[in-house]
Amino acid sequence: MTSSTRNRLFALGALLVAGAGLAYVAFGNIGQNLVFYWTPGEMLAQGSKAYGPTIRLGGVVQPGSLRWDAAHTHLSFRVADTDQPGAPSVPVLSSETPPQMFRERIGVVVEGTFDRSQTFTSSRLMVNHSNEYRPPKPGDGPDKWKTTVSAPTAEAR
Amino acid sequence: MEMRMRRRLEIAAVLGTLGIFAYAAWTGLVWAPPDREMGDVQRIMYAHVPMVQMMLLSGTINFVCCVVYLFRASWKTDALAEASAETALVFGAIGTTLGAIWGRPTWGVYWAWDPRLTTVAILLVAYAGYMALRRFVDDPERRAVWSAVTGIIIAVDVPIIYFSVKWWKSLHQVQSTPRTVDPQMVYALRWNITAFFLVLIVFLVARYRIALAARLRETTVPEPAPGAQQVVA
Repeated sequence: MTSSTRNRLFALGALLVAGAGLAYVAFGNIGQNLVFYWTPGEMLAQGSKAYGPTIRLGGVVQPGSLRWDAAHTHLSFRVADTDQPGAPSVPVLSSETPPQMFRERIGVVVEGTFDRSQTFTSSRLMVNHSNEYRPPKPGDGPDKWKTTVSAPTAEAR
Repeated sequence: MEMRMRRRLEIAAVLGTLGIFAYAAWTGLVWAPPDREMGDVQRIMYAHVPMVQMMLLSGTINFVCCVVYLFRASWKTDALAEASAETALVFGAIGTTLGAIWGRPTWGVYWAWDPRLTTVAILLVAYAGYMALRRFVDDPERRAVWSAVTGIIIAVDVPIIYFSVKWWKSLHQVQSTPRTVDPQMVYALRWNITAFFLVLIVFLVARYRIALAARLRETTVPEPAPGAQQVVA
């Protein structure tokens, strides 16, 4: 076998392996085993299996559910599948400083544990940004965003 | 004469690239408006998005070179494969670092093992391994064949990275389109993509020449100088 025939076989072999790998990832069921977060509906459907282990819960902050405690050390809100009323939701308790953009209706992913009390205790709070980028609204000064993002904190004071 | 002409053209091309880069940076940093929610930190987009795109483009170039090399061996395609793997690593590493810096104030974390970030990390580690492999193999022909096979396998990750945000739930948002982005920002982003593309071309050409020269030096048997004594190495 000449070396050029051997190289072609190598190429075909590598392409075959690469194609099979890609097809497996694209059409295989690994999406069900590789889950970055559960939505509240998915987590509640697990029942008591969700109690205990560290899990990530993702959804939107339900409008009207955001509360700071008196000492301003704990934040509680409900994470819902969507911002529609009646969507499955879970109460979350966090003792972290939320990212600047945190507010009602924004997408969040919280990492923590769920237990029998039906409360999710978060040890890590992440905000999920959409793919939209817009300039400040007409009439807003260039620094308007600073006040809008810190609004939840200001309200609670 | 021809050599001098070529040199002048090259200098003009590099200066033109720098000029476009400067204009693009101005559009992104000064001219375009800040984002309504994120403010000025969103301007990282104008470097983060183009750099990661150039990583994916370099990976694609590397894949094509690897396949072409195995079907028609040539030091030129091997040299371009080496160059593009390195640009993929450089642009990817810087682009990902910029993404992490952007992630801290917006997401709240520098890093999360979400599908997009994980698949990019895999690509960067894989190209670092590809470069290590190239340095471990001394025989140029064997090195070219082994690294071509490796490059083809690594390239599987390129489409996976692109589709990761569509296939799986992730912290990273899905691709923006001109409909989801303010027109002024789209304009600035397009100039920055052009600028980073030109920088990529400059890097690729320079690195390709170095790689090709090294390959030719490796594969050419040096002729003994006339009258030179035989030296035992």
